[in-house]
Amino acid sequence: MADKVFIALQNNADAQPIIEAIVDDNPGAVRSDTPGMVKIDCAGRLVIRRESIEERMGRDFDLQELHVNLISLGGNIDEDDDEFVLSWGV
Amino acid sequence: MSIDLKTASVEPLRRTFDHIEAKLGPDKTPTRYQEAVWGLQPACNFHYRPTWEPERELYDASRSALSMDDYDDLVDPRQYFYGTWTLQRGRQQESQEKNFDFVEKRGLLSTLEPAWRERVERLVIPLRHVAWAGNTNNSYITAYSLGAPLSSACSMQMMDHLGIAQYISRIGLLLRDNEMTVLDDAKALWMDDPMWQPMRALMEESMVTRDWGELFVLQNLLIDGTVHPLVFNRFDAELVQHGGAVFSMLTEFMNDWFAESTRWVDAVVKRLAAESDANKAQLESWITGWLPRVQGALQPLGDYAFAGRAAEVIDSVIDELQGRAQKAGLNF
Repeated sequence: MADKVFIALQNNADAQPIIEAIVDDNPGAVRSDTPGMVKIDCAGRLVIRRESIEERMGRDFDLQELHVNLISLGGNIDEDDDEFVLSWGV
Repeated sequence: MSIDLKTASVEPLRRTFDHIEAKLGPDKTPTRYQEAVWGLQPACNFHYRPTWEPERELYDASRSALSMDDYDDLVDPRQYFYGTWTLQRGRQQESQEKNFDFVEKRGLLSTLEPAWRERVERLVIPLRHVAWAGNTNNSYITAYSLGAPLSSACSMQMMDHLGIAQYISRIGLLLRDNEMTVLDDAKALWMDDPMWQPMRALMEESMVTRDWGELFVLQNLLIDGTVHPLVFNRFDAELVQHGGAVFSMLTEFMNDWFAESTRWVDAVVKRLAAESDANKAQLESWITGWLPRVQGALQPLGDYAFAGRAAEVIDSVIDELQGRAQKAGLNF
């Protein structure tokens, strides 16, 4: 279990396209719903892609906007304009 | 005394309305946009046929040669419904107002070389009449098309055109210190100047086009898709070379709007074409039918604005348009 990363987001209308994008982009992702929060676990590497979110949201999206609905995350972050990647690698 | 905190998880019995669930499938959470536009189109129990067109129902699919199994599929990738659209336009209006203030306070338009100032007056200001026709045309599509996703997006497109017409008028007023004569002169050009007559004839014909699908292609794909790049992109770039960078500040909205509305128009055309071969053939025949006319109307404008380079500039605009149509799955 040591290589498992996760991200937890608020379960609201704004976060829906983000959650959907993450689940669709990461075949190994497991979504668990709790009241008010959606937690997504994934073994190894979890990638959040700006383009996938924009497609679902219908507008331009800055990956920094992620933080508005972000509750918590586990993993080291590798981030650029297009992708936000969680993993335990260096 | 100790207090135990417990969370009780309550599963909602239903996530959305039945008609949304029927379209989206069970266990899916719809977006606000989907809830706002799907299933709004009245489809039955019309009782009376309209007295002004007794051969058709009030909402009748036969008003266009295009047909869709479900008109609710013509969704807008921008996901605009009234709330999101007004928020977005409100923001843009605010920054556009600031730009106008900025230019007006400093009298920046006076730095424009006189020859180029005249070009703006002759080429850009009469476009308010084109934009107004775009407003009327989209109002027609709103009235007669089927399915709220398309008709509501067209009503926003209608208001956007009106907004553009107003911005163009304000640029004219800025050019002449709020002298109304600038608008009268632009109207005179629109009515009588040979350069504008092919465009005026085209716009007038578009306004009596009865098939809303044909009008959508003509107005939103062909006319907007050529006039806007020609004037607010190519001519704008030319102007910047001659001390007109300030003009770009005043047309920022037109450029932003064009980039955004293009996504919507392309998505609708693509979905219409994907529905059936008959739709695809119909769209292609409309485009091949109207494109030479549109090109003919652009020619004198291009000749005036770009002199010797007109052919090259117009070709590049048409190429862009053809690229868009091809991406939407059309060949012509």
